[in-house]
Amino acid sequence: MANAKTKDQQQYQNLANKRDPGRPALKNCILAFLAGGTICLLGQLISTFYMHFFDFTEKNAGDPTVATLIFLSSLLTGLGLYDHIAQWAGAGTIIPVTGFANAITSSAIEHRSEGFVLGVGGNMFKLAGSVIVFGVFAAFVIATIKVIIMGLGGS
Amino acid sequence: MLKGRTWIFDHEAIIAASSAVGGPFEAQGPLAGDFDLLFDDLWLGQDSFEKAEKKLLEQACQTAIRKSGIRQEEIQFFLAGDLLNQIITSSFAARTLSIPYLGLFGACSTSMEGLALAALMVSAGFADRVLTGTASHNGAAEKQFRYPTEYGAQKPPTAQWTVTGAGAAVVVSSGKGPRITSATIGRVIDKGISDPFNMGAAMAPAAVDTIKTHFQDLQLSPTDYDLVLTGDLGKVGHSIATELLTKQGLIFPPGVFGDCGLMIYRDDQPVFAGASGCASSACVTYGHVLNRMLQGELKRVLIVATGALLSPLSYQQKETIPCIAHAVAIHAGEESSR
Repeated sequence: MANAKTKDQQQYQNLANKRDPGRPALKNCILAFLAGGTICLLGQLISTFYMHFFDFTEKNAGDPTVATLIFLSSLLTGLGLYDHIAQWAGAGTIIPVTGFANAITSSAIEHRSEGFVLGVGGNMFKLAGSVIVFGVFAAFVIATIKVIIMGLGGS
Repeated sequence: MLKGRTWIFDHEAIIAASSAVGGPFEAQGPLAGDFDLLFDDLWLGQDSFEKAEKKLLEQACQTAIRKSGIRQEEIQFFLAGDLLNQIITSSFAARTLSIPYLGLFGACSTSMEGLALAALMVSAGFADRVLTGTASHNGAAEKQFRYPTEYGAQKPPTAQWTVTGAGAAVVVSSGKGPRITSATIGRVIDKGISDPFNMGAAMAPAAVDTIKTHFQDLQLSPTDYDLVLTGDLGKVGHSIATELLTKQGLIFPPGVFGDCGLMIYRDDQPVFAGASGCASSACVTYGHVLNRMLQGELKRVLIVATGALLSPLSYQQKETIPCIAHAVAIHAGEESSR
């Protein structure tokens, strides 16, 4: 908190907390598990589909699978359905690659009214940008640690 | 006349006509019949939510002017405000209406800020016909204050749903209609709530402060009003406000103390803790409440519009949410208040 709270404010915070119905954490966890699991199952089915009907191996079937999931997620976002599913599924739809696609598509749609360059282009990564920044940074840190450990004679 | 923080309007300030317009989601609510216009398209045929919000305000203003029977050129001043950056909705609507204009910002308390100032101008003799209005749009508010409308972020049960709508009223110095008798100007109150998804709890103390002051300044008792409505406290804020008022000794008879944010939508509409936005208090007051007053069902009403004076920048910088509430008392037609 940027501002120190007075005693009066703390008392009120307690009262407000008491009246706050709170997020239904257990229900949210269960729904997130089911929704996230369903998306993973769907991903597995798509992956098997590509391996079975096309010339993909288990190693490289991931690429078209992710592309398919991104396409479906963006389509549902464009049709105005994804946010309704997400209100129900919570982290289940945010964490997988579908959530990332939704963040980009929804921002792009939202800022279409400001034109393609300053609107769509400039705002597309408004939400997804920090995922990329910290994702790349985390990968750099982990890779550095790995290099150091290997340099010290680890395997 | 000034008493404490309350203006008592010694000369007539009459609401000649008012109007409420809403969007498709409001059309499904229990107050649908009280709207003058309901649009079945969230975009109102425009190519952006911001333009749709401007159209809502223009429609509300033009409808109110038409119902008042006064020609648009005869309206002397236009007082309006909204939630968008630099209050573009109001200024752009004023461009269309071409009426001398003062822009207001009181967030969701703007409806009563505008009505109080309109009554002040008319009662003090500085104007005879003043138009006041405000608007909000769900999509435009989400875009500015929260996430893109199609973004899949899960909202907590304390979140509120911004009303897509607008309300306007024409205040005149003589004629028939409900009379604005007094107005209490709010102080900015900040009890340290910083969660923008719990605006009801943030705004409740401001509403309580203004209500308490209004009753003290005018030495009224809770039975002096048929209806006391806060603007958009929602379930959480309303229950906190009720508890705080009870502690202060202001216990209203059942059914008297309500919240506009709990009236616009049905219980099964997915609006979380209730409605919010400038249009919450504006649509309910300028539609439902004034209709009931004209039908003689309500005689004395106090509207306490509540506003959260935050910006998207201020809460990202971890600032708490300063809030305000303005109260306006409206008495039905002929009956004298004093």
